[in-house]
Amino acid sequence: MELIPSILFLQGILAATWRMATPILYAAVGEVFSEKAGVINIGLEGVMLIGAFSAYSVAFESGSLWLGLLVGILAGILSGLIFAFFTITIKANQIVVGAAFNMIGMGITGFLYRSMYAVSAVPLGLKTFQSVEIPFLSSIPFFGEVLFKHNIMVYGTLLLVPLATFVLYKTAFGLSIRAVGEHPKAADTVGVNVVRMRYVSVMIGTALAAVGGAFLVLAYADQFVEGVVSGRGFIALAVVVFGRWKPWGAFWSSLLFGIFYALQLRIQTMPDVNIPYQFLQALPYLATLVVLVGFNKRRVQAPKTLGVPYK
Amino acid sequence: MEDSMPKNNDPQTILRMEEIHKSFPGGVFANRGVNLEVRQGEIHCLLGENGAGKTVLMSVLYGLYKPDAGSIYYKNEKFDARNPKDAIQNRIGMVHQHFMLVETLSVAENIILGQYKPWKVLNNLDPVIKKIQQMSKDYGLNVDPTSLVQDLSVGEQQRVEILKALYHGADLLILDEPTAVLTPQESEHLLDFLRQLADKGLTIVFITHKLEEVMQISDRVTILRDGKTIATVNTKETNPPELAKMMVGRDVLMDLSKKEKQPGKIIFSVKNLNVKDERGLPAVKNFSFEVYEREVVGIAGVSGNGQSELALALAGLMNSEFDSIILNEISITKRDLTRLNQLGMAHIPEDRQKMGLILPFSVSENFIAETFNDRPFSKYGFLQFKTIKNYSQSLVKKFSIRVGDVDEEIAHLSGGNQQKVVVARELDRRPKFLLVNQPTRGIDIGATEFVRQQIIAERDGGAAILLISTDLEEIFALSDRILVMFEGQVMGEVSPNPDMIEQVGLLMAGKTIESVL
Repeated sequence: MELIPSILFLQGILAATWRMATPILYAAVGEVFSEKAGVINIGLEGVMLIGAFSAYSVAFESGSLWLGLLVGILAGILSGLIFAFFTITIKANQIVVGAAFNMIGMGITGFLYRSMYAVSAVPLGLKTFQSVEIPFLSSIPFFGEVLFKHNIMVYGTLLLVPLATFVLYKTAFGLSIRAVGEHPKAADTVGVNVVRMRYVSVMIGTALAAVGGAFLVLAYADQFVEGVVSGRGFIALAVVVFGRWKPWGAFWSSLLFGIFYALQLRIQTMPDVNIPYQFLQALPYLATLVVLVGFNKRRVQAPKTLGVPYK
Repeated sequence: MEDSMPKNNDPQTILRMEEIHKSFPGGVFANRGVNLEVRQGEIHCLLGENGAGKTVLMSVLYGLYKPDAGSIYYKNEKFDARNPKDAIQNRIGMVHQHFMLVETLSVAENIILGQYKPWKVLNNLDPVIKKIQQMSKDYGLNVDPTSLVQDLSVGEQQRVEILKALYHGADLLILDEPTAVLTPQESEHLLDFLRQLADKGLTIVFITHKLEEVMQISDRVTILRDGKTIATVNTKETNPPELAKMMVGRDVLMDLSKKEKQPGKIIFSVKNLNVKDERGLPAVKNFSFEVYEREVVGIAGVSGNGQSELALALAGLMNSEFDSIILNEISITKRDLTRLNQLGMAHIPEDRQKMGLILPFSVSENFIAETFNDRPFSKYGFLQFKTIKNYSQSLVKKFSIRVGDVDEEIAHLSGGNQQKVVVARELDRRPKFLLVNQPTRGIDIGATEFVRQQIIAERDGGAAILLISTDLEEIFALSDRILVMFEGQVMGEVSPNPDMIEQVGLLMAGKTIESVL
């Protein structure tokens, strides 16, 4: 390969990396809140689908992407409330409820999508969030393309990660979250309301998962299709673990995933590559695993009461 | 009793609990009409066996449980804590038996947890850290507020707990069996410290089942048994046998009688055992000893001087190096260590909940935990439930274990009864060599008495016994010879003559045998 095309190739991959990582990152940061408080929500995939479908249908009907995003978030919060009711109040097994959410999310969005839009004569595309080119910076060669020509939801992650870190590590609220996931009784004995903290954390988690889902229809593809989330919710779960339950950890882990995802997409489009696409699709998962396990020298443990109901 | 104990001239009542009732789902009555009256500035012991309802009573006061009936008056007002926050705001502090500290947080974070509104920004903890440093200086509780709790020793963690309660502001401090996890020296320190706090006007409720502590520290003592108040007495007007009788409900045999030692052959011997701890540092160094038949050899020492590693290595649960280990004339190789139990060794481990028992399993499943795959408990791969049940019931009877049904989950039993299950299982195998580590830690006086009698009976029946204990009284009561362990080494051997207690103490502190005799 000549020098110029290979730089363009790299630029293309890197520019896509952050975008590919964005939906996973939203969901993963949300899940960090939930798991730090001791609740594991494996229903992220389902919640992301619910967020994606609500955002899409409202944006499509109203013509406002922002209204779509807002309703998507509300749908996420409502899902979180239901999830929290079953897992925290009724103390149902978190894995079972999470699995149910995945199936319900898939079923309900698929059903509604078909009954509302499958036979539509109108074009179903949205005018998605457009790239915002940062003045001056976006004209820097290479870096301008990679870093400064993204849509608002991608830039949003730059706000999300420091904000989440601040909330978790620099506020009384965050301190309580971290305490109820490690030793809820200790938190209880000094007056922290364990149930309320867990409810709120779960709902932050599902709200952000819904944002991740909404990103897929409002800022990535321009319409909803069945199963549009395609496993990103599960990847987000892995990203939380690889990121050692920290927002910045989730950031780097999801970027790592994003880069391999972008890479395999590029390879798929190359005409003279004869690798079955199934292998290529598995690449980001495998590569992320290998890299992260390889570099994971320090043993960091999950929140101690992860998955365990209180009292 | 100490004469220096200050007189309590101000009998003003700070707390009165009347006719407290509390039951739990499943028909367990923890409190059945308990009365307690605590005076301003006194140290008041709450004495009772495990399961007598001491902790439940204080948890009711602290707002952790809601009483079924009864009333509480605190500082002359009706008091009803709906949750611990209420109690803290009314200046009641509680140091729980199992520490309420989040290990992954720093000391300062643990202390301020729950103190602020959620949106409070905690960007700069320096003022908090300064205040904690000042307090730890004032009280002489040495704690670094910036270190993570998980890096602290048990004693330090307890200091954090006390500091936490004082930081929140306490007029009434409840301590639930605080010395259970401490070394003798740490316990001494704590008791001195609590006495100083009381002299400054703090009221202390001290939950315990240890009679010596009651006698040493308290002004008055309330005895609970089976969820009822038996009596409240002035400490100066009572004595340990009387307290024990009120606590247990019958006379307690405080002395153990055992048969004269008869010389026999060596059953178990170890030469130059070396064990490294989890961090790879030498924990047991060139340790050699032998145990004869019909003999109890006691290993005395302050907790953390290699006793755990010694026991784990002998049980084959930890890697070790040695010149020789001989059990019943069979030379043991490194590979044999894991099957020592098949060669006639039994092991009562230090931590019954983590090592001795499988808590979610039933009593009978725990009884056959080692033998479930052998006849008659298993035939052609099928468990023989009837045989197992009969066997379990016979053990329950023989060792008078208090349990409704042998199919009950063992986690529901009291600590003493759990320990009896371990003892029953191990002794029923008629071991030639018995390794016992901290057999009576955290169990009540009745169970302690029983377990010690069983160990003596085993010795009289011919077994060789190695007893590891940090409880000197236990070492002296049971042993025929005492080895003192310090930093992984044998400091010397002494006879269990009560006059030798001081020398043993010096050896435990690292003095050589030549310098103390």
